[in-house]
Amino acid sequence: MSSMLAINDIHVSYGNIKALKGVSIEAQQGQIVCLIGANGAGKSTLLRAIVGLEPLVMGSIEFNGEKIAEGRTEHGKPHVVLTEQICARGISLVPEGRRVFADMTVEENLDMGAFLVRDKALIIKRKSEMYDFFPILWQRRKQKTRSLSGGEQQMMAIARALMSDPRLLLLDEPGLGLAPLVVQDIFSKISIINKENKVTVFLVEQNARMALKASDNGYVMENGLIVLSDRADALLVNEQVKSAYLGQ
Amino acid sequence: MGSVSEFFQHFLNGLTLGGIYALIALGYTMVYGILKFINFAHGDILMVGAYIGLFVFDFLRGSTPLGPWWFFAFLLAMICSMVACGLLGMFIEKIAYKPLRKATRLAPLLSAIGVSFVLSNTAAWVFGTQSRKLEYPFDNTPIVIGSGLNGVSVTPHQILVLCASAVMMIVLKLFVDKTRMGKAMRATSLDQDTSKLMGIKSDHVISLTFAIGSALAACGGMLIALDFKVYATMGTMVGLKAFVAAVVGGIGNISGAMLGGLLLGLLETFGVAVLGIPQGYKDAIAFGVLILILLFKPDGLLGKNEKEKV
Repeated sequence: MSSMLAINDIHVSYGNIKALKGVSIEAQQGQIVCLIGANGAGKSTLLRAIVGLEPLVMGSIEFNGEKIAEGRTEHGKPHVVLTEQICARGISLVPEGRRVFADMTVEENLDMGAFLVRDKALIIKRKSEMYDFFPILWQRRKQKTRSLSGGEQQMMAIARALMSDPRLLLLDEPGLGLAPLVVQDIFSKISIINKENKVTVFLVEQNARMALKASDNGYVMENGLIVLSDRADALLVNEQVKSAYLGQ
Repeated sequence: MGSVSEFFQHFLNGLTLGGIYALIALGYTMVYGILKFINFAHGDILMVGAYIGLFVFDFLRGSTPLGPWWFFAFLLAMICSMVACGLLGMFIEKIAYKPLRKATRLAPLLSAIGVSFVLSNTAAWVFGTQSRKLEYPFDNTPIVIGSGLNGVSVTPHQILVLCASAVMMIVLKLFVDKTRMGKAMRATSLDQDTSKLMGIKSDHVISLTFAIGSALAACGGMLIALDFKVYATMGTMVGLKAFVAAVVGGIGNISGAMLGGLLLGLLETFGVAVLGIPQGYKDAIAFGVLILILLFKPDGLLGKNEKEKV
C-alpha cells in the first residue's frame, strides 16, 4: 500500500494565532480517512492547506509521493502547488458550506467542475453519470443552485467535485446543517464513490459517529493538534472518543 | 396626436443616450463583480479610445470625399480602438492593480484614481487641450418618420448608437452565459476561491475582464465623440454617470448595468423634456437618482439581497 496523501508535521498560522501546531496525517490509496473534532479545532484549515488556500509555516504535504506544499525553507522559496493547479493533480475539495455558484444553474456548476476537461463528449458523459448517481440533480439541472435545498446543494457540490475525475476527494463537513436522513444518504453516496470509483476520500466532520462508521481510519483533532488516531472501528468504541464526541 | 410622437421622440433620444451609458457601465460592473473595486480610470480609457478612433479614422479616410468608405473606415477605426483599449486595460491592471491585490481594499481604489489622472494629463500633454471633432462617417441629416407634428426624427447617428450598443450587449450576454470562459468569469465573480479549486486561473479571468470592459468603453467613447467632442477630460462626467448607472442596476450584475444605463438615459431625457428640469441641471438627475437608490435600495435594482443558506 502506498501512501496517497502524507501530511508531515504542518504548522499554519493566522497572524499570531496558531491554527495548526504540527499535524501529521496519512491516507492510503483506496481508503476513507476522517478527521473529527470540535468547531474551531483547525479541521477546515487543514483541508485549505492541502489545496493551497493557506500557506504552511512549517512542514510539508505530499500527494502520491510528490511535494505539493511546504513551509518556509532555509534555501529559497517553498515549493507550493497553486490552488488553480490542484485540480489538475487529481485532488478535489468540497468546501465547507458547499460554496455552490448560487447564481448559476446546476448544469453550469457541473460544467465548472469540469473546467479543465477539454473533451466535450467526456463532459457530457460525466454529467450523465452524475445525474444517474444523484437523480434529484437531473430534475434540478436547469434551476439556479440557490433554489436547491441544503441537501441538494451538498450533493451538487460533491457532483461538481467529481466532474474532474479526482483520485483524492476532500470533503469539509458534508453533513453540516442537514437533516439526519439526508446526512445518512450523503455518507452512503460517499462510500459508493470510494468503493466503486476507487476514489480515496479524506473527510472532516463534526458528526463523529457518522464519519467514523463510514471510514477506515480516523484522527481526532483538538486545538490544532492530533490527539488520537486509530482504526475507525476502534475509535468508535474508544472511551475518550465516546465521552467527548459520541455523547455516551 | 402630437404628444404620442413627442413621447416616442424622447424615448428614442433617451434610449440612445442610455445605450452609451450602458456600454460604459458594463466595464465598471464587470470589474467590480470580480475584484470588488471601482475602476475609476474607466472613464479615461473611454477618452483614450475616442482619441485612437479619431486618429485611425482620420488616417483611413484621408482626403477622400464623404461616401460609403467613410463608414467602413469608421468601423475599422472602432475595431482598432477597441483592441488597443483592451490591451491598455490589461496593461493597467498588470501594473497598477495586480500588485495591490492583497493590499487593503482602499489601495487599488486610490491607484485607480492615480491612473485616471495619469491618463487624462498625458492626453492633455500629448494631444493638447484643444478639443477635436470626430466627423460623422455619414450624412447625419435626421430622417423623419411620419409627417408634420406627428413625425419622429431619427438621426443616422442614433441608429448607429442603438445598433452598436445592442450588438455589443447581446454578444457580451451570449459570451458570459454560453461560453466556457464566460461561465468561468461568472464563477470567479461569485466565488473566487472555489473557482480556483475547479482549476480556473483567476489572473486570466481578471485580464479578460479588463480587456472586455475597456473595449466596450472604447466603443462607447467613439459613439459619444461623434455627438460631442474629443478632449482629455471627456471621460470624467460620462464615466461618473455610467458608474451611477452601474450602481442603480446593482453593481456587479451585468444585466443590471444594461438596465441601469438605459434607465438613466431615459430619466435624463424625460427629466429635461417632461418635468422641465433646466438643461443645465441635467447632470443632477443622475446623482439624484444615485442618492435615492442608495437610500431605498442600496443593492441596486437587480442587486442581490438575500441571505445565504446554511
